[in-house]
Amino acid sequence: MNVVTLSQLQFAATGMFHWIFVPLTLGLSIMTAWMETKYVTTGDETWLRMTKFWGKLFLINFALGVVTGITMEFQFGLNWSEYSRYVGDIFGAPLAIEATFAFFLESVFIGVWIFGWNKISKKTHLVAIWLTAVATNVSALIILLANAWMQKPVGYVIRNNRAEMNDFLQVLTNDYGWIKFIHTLLSGYALAAFLIMGVSAWHLLRKNENDFFVRSFKMAAVWAFVATIGVAVTGDMHAVEIAEHQPTKFAAMEAQWETKRGVGMHLLLLPDVENERNSIEQLYIPNILSIMAFHDASGEIKGLKSFPKELRPPVLPTFISFRVMVGLGMFMILASLAAIVLSRKQTFTENRTFLTIMVFAIPAPYLAQQLGWLVAELGRQPWIVYGVLKTSDAVSKSITSTQVILSLLGFTVLYGMLGAIDIFLLVKYAKKGPDTDVSSIINVQGRG
Amino acid sequence: MDISVFQIIWFVLWGVLWTAYFMLDGFVLGTGFMAGFLAKSDTEKRVLINAVGPVWDGNEVWLVTAGGATFAAFPTTYALMFSNLYSALILLLFALIVRGVSFEFRGKIDSPVWKKSWDTAIIVSSFLPALLFGVAFGNIFKGIPMRNDFAAINFSYDGTLIGLLNPYGLLTGVLFVLLFAVHGSLYAAIKTTGDLSRRGEELANKLWLPLLVVAIAFLGYSYPATKLYDNFLKAPVLLIAPLIAVVSLLLVKVFIAKGSCHKAFLFSCLTIVFVVFTGVTGLFPNLIPSNIDPASNLTIFNSSSSLLTLQIMTVVAAIFVPIVICYKIWVYRIFRARVTNEEVLGNSEAY
Repeated sequence: MNVVTLSQLQFAATGMFHWIFVPLTLGLSIMTAWMETKYVTTGDETWLRMTKFWGKLFLINFALGVVTGITMEFQFGLNWSEYSRYVGDIFGAPLAIEATFAFFLESVFIGVWIFGWNKISKKTHLVAIWLTAVATNVSALIILLANAWMQKPVGYVIRNNRAEMNDFLQVLTNDYGWIKFIHTLLSGYALAAFLIMGVSAWHLLRKNENDFFVRSFKMAAVWAFVATIGVAVTGDMHAVEIAEHQPTKFAAMEAQWETKRGVGMHLLLLPDVENERNSIEQLYIPNILSIMAFHDASGEIKGLKSFPKELRPPVLPTFISFRVMVGLGMFMILASLAAIVLSRKQTFTENRTFLTIMVFAIPAPYLAQQLGWLVAELGRQPWIVYGVLKTSDAVSKSITSTQVILSLLGFTVLYGMLGAIDIFLLVKYAKKGPDTDVSSIINVQGRG
Repeated sequence: MDISVFQIIWFVLWGVLWTAYFMLDGFVLGTGFMAGFLAKSDTEKRVLINAVGPVWDGNEVWLVTAGGATFAAFPTTYALMFSNLYSALILLLFALIVRGVSFEFRGKIDSPVWKKSWDTAIIVSSFLPALLFGVAFGNIFKGIPMRNDFAAINFSYDGTLIGLLNPYGLLTGVLFVLLFAVHGSLYAAIKTTGDLSRRGEELANKLWLPLLVVAIAFLGYSYPATKLYDNFLKAPVLLIAPLIAVVSLLLVKVFIAKGSCHKAFLFSCLTIVFVVFTGVTGLFPNLIPSNIDPASNLTIFNSSSSLLTLQIMTVVAAIFVPIVICYKIWVYRIFRARVTNEEVLGNSEAY
């Protein structure tokens, strides 16, 4: 394999690994802050115990999210130095701003939150978790604005053999980035809510701490429902952007070969890439794709055949990732709606079938998240910056395939081990359940 | 204002960010790889980890910011520095990753084998960055074998990982290790109590002389090995930087002898600050020189971003860096008390 393919593999592997931990950080930080707010305003000890229990899982997860993030920042220079040189004038700024503004804030105040229980007042401690949570969310915004620039480049001019920024405001207000941000953020909230529901269901099946876990479940069910609906709405808005600015990605997501007006969608479909057609096409819904893409029943969809082969993304993986992601999203909307309805009934804790389903639903949002990034990044190929710079022209010139094979091997071994340990610890502490005694904190912080 | 004004501003900021990083992560790395000599029991090891616990993450962000600032202000330098030094930086990355999680993981399972493994991990993953940063900066001071044609966008690099381990690079590596060893030991001395604190003081005292010898050797060897002295010879007033570094280092010993470790630690901070200032001052206007072709030097003028980007980044830094410094000082004040054995044993939140 050549340096380009190997570097792509390494970026995909380290990026996807990083993204196992980030969504939970985004969601659980806000929810933990929410729980602690409830504790501080009501003085109810159960909220404190919830803060401590879910906060512990948040921290175990947080550590790996942070350390794997550094890899992402370094990799642009390590493997993609031509990219860094060519677009650094625009792309470097958000990364630096993210570090000075958001990453500092979250890294400093997470320390205050972990170690500050007995050292600062209740209210200051609450401020610490909110600053951490807001900073992680802002972090995501800035990084996604940077990514959005690769998808829909704005506010730049090609000058001095590189892309130079000529309008910072356009980079900051790139609607592609803002929609993607809300889509991603809400999907993180949904993931965290499904984790809380799943772990709670596991304990409820064992009749462990019923009050604690029913309350956690109910709270998460509402978060999950609102978030998954929001993910669907912003997903729809995002599709409009993609259809307009990245026609090849849109066509690959839908396996649309021909350019046509008033295009519908087959619910059952299998692309046959070699012959540039679909081998299975069943259950047709007329005009739906044109409506999705342009909010116009007769809108024209550009098919893949309108683009030369070398400018098309890999159709099959983009298509399958998109379909499965949407399917999982639908399942999550239904599951969280059922969760809200059923958790209001007295017999909720006896509903073993539903509780079991919710335990097994924990991986669903994780899978959907990974597939979402596959659609976003695979669908952009062969471009690294859509329409501006090809991925194959972006790789570092001074590195050899041996070097990248060794680093990829190193990442695989190291990440494999750390990932296994982290998931093991998450499961261990999730199963262990909440600490029963929080009196040491209450005694120091004072009651009420 | 002319673009060169902003290029110089960002050169200074670039130096300041690296300085802040080495001063702050220096003691975390130092306590980390000295842990085996400092702490004798499991409780003492936990005290040590908890002494850096509230601040290590925030300290490491100075590195991320230094990296981000290089990317934003000098993208060509960022691109070539990272890709040319690929293997060394991958090793560094692995070490920083392991160090970060080992603080979090160590206390999570109550088994001697588990804890022992993470103790070793902390030592190795703290030692490697100290050494590698030193080797990397030594080679940057010296220049690396690259040929850059900026007009034709043609860049080539002729070095290897082994090539970085030249005598001057290694000497700078040893200098960094010893600087951080003393720095970390002094941090342990002022942040813990009893035997642990006493051992910190003793180790700093013992390592001071080797540090002085290596520092003098470094200053001397820099003359034939690098062009760092050119700027100082042009403007001798700049010699104030290495002078303060040497005086601070001497004062470290004076205050250890007086039993005043807080002051010794303060001067250890100053030593690191002015060692880095000395190197950076000597580099100007280069960010990374080439040792085979002066026209290939990566300078602040031929590798910077556009005027607009530099202006935007200057505004961002002017607003946020002071805010960051304020809340970091506040955090150090909250956690200014020494960490005791009793505190760690009685606290379920502690690492």
